[in-house]
Amino acid sequence: MKLTLAGVRLPLTPFALEMDFQLDARVTGIFGPSGAGKTSLLEIIAGLRRPAAGRVTLDGTVLSDADDAPQVFLPPERRGIGYVPQDGALFPHLSVRDNLLYGHGRSSEKAARAGSPDEKLTFAHVTAVLEISALAGRAVGTLSGGEQRRVALGRALLAAPRLLLLDEPLAGLDTPLRERLLPCLARVRDEFGVPMLHVTHAPDEVMELCDEVLVLAQGRLSQRGRPAGLFVAAASPRYVLRDRMEPLPPQG
Amino acid sequence: MSSEIWQITWFTVWASALSLLLILPPGVALAWLLARKHWPGKSLIETLVALPLVVPPVATGLVLLKLLGRRGALGGWLERTFGLEIVFTWRAVVVATAVMSFPLLVRTARVAFEGVSPRLEQVARTLGASPWRVFWTVTFPLAARGLAAGAVLAFARGLGEFGATVMVAGFIPGQTVTLALSIYQQVNLGHDEAAWPLLGVSVTLAFGAVWLGERLAQRRTA
Repeated sequence: MKLTLAGVRLPLTPFALEMDFQLDARVTGIFGPSGAGKTSLLEIIAGLRRPAAGRVTLDGTVLSDADDAPQVFLPPERRGIGYVPQDGALFPHLSVRDNLLYGHGRSSEKAARAGSPDEKLTFAHVTAVLEISALAGRAVGTLSGGEQRRVALGRALLAAPRLLLLDEPLAGLDTPLRERLLPCLARVRDEFGVPMLHVTHAPDEVMELCDEVLVLAQGRLSQRGRPAGLFVAAASPRYVLRDRMEPLPPQG
Repeated sequence: MSSEIWQITWFTVWASALSLLLILPPGVALAWLLARKHWPGKSLIETLVALPLVVPPVATGLVLLKLLGRRGALGGWLERTFGLEIVFTWRAVVVATAVMSFPLLVRTARVAFEGVSPRLEQVARTLGASPWRVFWTVTFPLAARGLAAGAVLAFARGLGEFGATVMVAGFIPGQTVTLALSIYQQVNLGHDEAAWPLLGVSVTLAFGAVWLGERLAQRRTA
């Protein structure tokens, strides 16, 4: 997986998101406080927002190019990029099974993927790894918060994406639940090998899940590197950024 | 009830149902465009569509009469091209009813579409669904209850249409006379007692439609 953002610019208030980077890690953390532009960055990559300038490419495919004339903009359904928003956004009128199967066998045909182990992305296997097999017949409204997030993740995986974008998948959950879901995300990472961008403001998620981390502040990349190089152990939260010893403000 | 009352009741329900069928596709499409898209002239169209709610119905009827009459721009063309007569026929009743209930349908349907989280539509796109598939598998089912409520309201509004109808359709017994027109005519002729059963039918129909509409609207928000 090789994702490149070149000169990408998106006006936000009160600042503009400006991104210039190339990624090839398996799991990349996007770390920063709320309002740093993390979600907007994911939306640009997923094709849900059009940048005002710059070029986004994934594995040699141009996803969007606002600088060329005519402009290029690949719609989200043709990008083969999975997106799991913070609240999961499950379809309330569909059963868990129908949610899980919504994108199954569709985007996989459209997105030309290179070397992704898609034979593992079957309904039975994905639901087993996420421990949601027993939920298939349930209505979405009866699921707990943790179950909803796992179903949302399973739904995105079953569409066989070539890149998966996770927007704070564990935010807003209580500590015991987070402790249980963190290993679940690690299992997904190890079992399916789908490259992931993991947006978070929790350093322990970066430390435990990510191979590389980008630190965002005010819409710009402020630091980048291996998690162990950027974070140091601390009392609370469990890790803090090395060269900014004060912990980032807690976010809800 | 006399056969005349049955005929009038049947004609009223039929005209209102037909006008609802005519306005459903454009009404739902316009409501979706208003709820989801930004386009030039949007606020102008919004205002135009709402006008029949506030302009005196008789004035709307006059506009329709001038437009659809034999010498009107649209009416003349329809007659020359298709041999269709509109004014002072049952068609005029349907057209007047459609124009008057259109705003109610569009407003209710718009609120129904606005109640569907754009987030769900975006996620459906990232799962590989085309905009068309997203509409039919996510947007429409989630808005369906509100859309049905809007349709029922538009139908109920159509049942009672008077002002615009009387201008373009006139009182032609057996052809353009609806419940509302008949009530007015009977009272006007001094036959108050003949108006009572018509009133009873009107209230019963309206009660049923409004009750159904409210139930649909409530369950949607529950």
